[in-house]
Amino acid sequence: MAENNKVINRRNFLRDGLWGGCLAALGVVAGASARKNRKNDLVWQIDPYKCIACDRCATFCVLEDSAVKCVQLYAICGYCDFCPGYFELGATVLETGAENELCPTGAIKRTFVEEPYYEYDIDEALCIGCAKCVKGCAAFGNGSLFLQVRHDRCLNCNECSIAVACPTGAFKRVPADEPYLLKKVDHA
Amino acid sequence: MRPLRNILLGLAVSLILSGATTGVERFPPPDFTETDHVIPSPTSPGPRQDVYEYIDAVVLLVALGLASYLVLKKRNRRAILTLTVFSLLYFGFWRKGCVCSIGALQNIVFSIFDPDYAVPIVVVVFFLLPLIFTLFFGRTFCAAVCPLGAIQDLVLARPVSVPVWAENGLRLLAYVYLALAVLFAATGSAFVICRYDPFISIFRLSGSLNILILGGCLLLIGMFVGRPYCRFLCPYGVILRQLSRLSKWRVTITPDECIQCRLCEDSCPFGAIRKPAVQWPAQEYYVAKKRLALLLLLLPVLVFFGGWAGSGLKGVTSKAHETVRLAEQIYLEETGQTEEVTDASTGFRATGQQIKELYEQASNIRAKFEFGGWILGGFIGLVIGLKLIGLSVWRQRTDYETDRAGCLACGRCYKYCPREHVRLKKMKEVAGKW
Repeated sequence: MAENNKVINRRNFLRDGLWGGCLAALGVVAGASARKNRKNDLVWQIDPYKCIACDRCATFCVLEDSAVKCVQLYAICGYCDFCPGYFELGATVLETGAENELCPTGAIKRTFVEEPYYEYDIDEALCIGCAKCVKGCAAFGNGSLFLQVRHDRCLNCNECSIAVACPTGAFKRVPADEPYLLKKVDHA
Repeated sequence: MRPLRNILLGLAVSLILSGATTGVERFPPPDFTETDHVIPSPTSPGPRQDVYEYIDAVVLLVALGLASYLVLKKRNRRAILTLTVFSLLYFGFWRKGCVCSIGALQNIVFSIFDPDYAVPIVVVVFFLLPLIFTLFFGRTFCAAVCPLGAIQDLVLARPVSVPVWAENGLRLLAYVYLALAVLFAATGSAFVICRYDPFISIFRLSGSLNILILGGCLLLIGMFVGRPYCRFLCPYGVILRQLSRLSKWRVTITPDECIQCRLCEDSCPFGAIRKPAVQWPAQEYYVAKKRLALLLLLLPVLVFFGGWAGSGLKGVTSKAHETVRLAEQIYLEETGQTEEVTDASTGFRATGQQIKELYEQASNIRAKFEFGGWILGGFIGLVIGLKLIGLSVWRQRTDYETDRAGCLACGRCYKYCPREHVRLKKMKEVAGKW
């Protein structure tokens, strides 16, 4: 196993020198990355202000069932009766029939709170991250529905396939201790 | 009275804040007056805890130490195989193969060139530990720790030997792959090693069909050609090869002395056993000497030509960067060469950023690719030149030895050596002649 030739000749001298050089180089790399390295891991997240609600999150994730889901930030939701994220634009009756709903999987639950307010909840098991509701809510509502990477599902790939496909660079790495980029709540 | 007070309070607050409010709020969130409905907040399940990352790093350290011990001290193929299976299960299927040491290379490069990106400490550990171990013990990481190596090692059923010229030629792919991966990581364009990791879909048990097919094909080839990814493609393997040349300890086929019995000659499925070699015949030696002189003169030419070609490809390579792609699309739209708009260009226009600024950014990035292309191409020229020089240099060998760079330390050759059987006391030492 051990290298027995402890003869000092030119070849061994050069080899030892090179060996030490390589070790030193690795040390430099370690030092350079330690200078600004991060204790925490980095995770992927969507900047909701850059997201244009295309449907790539639904299809490009390496998971069968995308790690990106719609999030309802209740604090800025208008609790509208006619929710533009829930109903098809042409919906004539505000009823929870599938033909009226925008969501292809019926993942949004509409519950009556009090006149005239309704609460909308996302059923994550059904949501596929297609962002149809996000588009509707952003266009005609308050924009309380937006996409986020759900970290209980995300595998945190070193190169996120959705980030590669994202047309606006809305995907970015964020520190794992603050893994969500929720929209700001502006009102009191 | 309560509702009225709420309304007044709400009005007052909104008056105060009206100057500060930004964004669209078409419908003010309600104050629920009839019911005591509490506005919920969205759930935010956290990511995998850091502690698991540290466990991974410790497991890596232990696995590397164990692999080195098993390969060099125990010389036990079965134990190495067991560790290989464990690594495949742990680093491959349990950890889903990410971050791996091969991919971590790009994070390190990216962090050197991007001031805003800080590498997580676990990624640094995954990058450095195998390199340090290789400097001491040879490629024991490849032997039994790397999950990509493990999956290929396990499917190797009927190894065929690859001709030397094919082996040497195909290996250049790995150098090109490394150079491209570094270029793309340094410019912040893409992590190509991760994007085209052939076995990741198998580890995750889901993923894109193309990658699954790629992985399947490599495994199919890997049944006959030992570890095709490791030998011909792995960019990290390129670094490991070079460090392994210098390693303090390394795999030797025989535990003590080579008796020239030739039994191990064909035992290596990766073509990493070097036969004893006496001096070149005078005729050949003369030709080789002339060739070597010519190649040494050719080396700077190859480096320059490579660099020139590499920088000339900036138009193609820079397309890997999204800003360049966007700028090209916007240019087409602005000059009326295309009617179609893309999501990216629509998104860009919505931001209100100046087109001129975008063009400037893109041309900066292109300049980086031009400079990077010189280095990339020069590096590839250098590798080709050194490879040719290496083929013209004759190294005298008296015994059967493992190729320091190519040996994957799998330990398959041990059992072919009769001296090994003596060591294990399965065979009596015969005095005198063999």
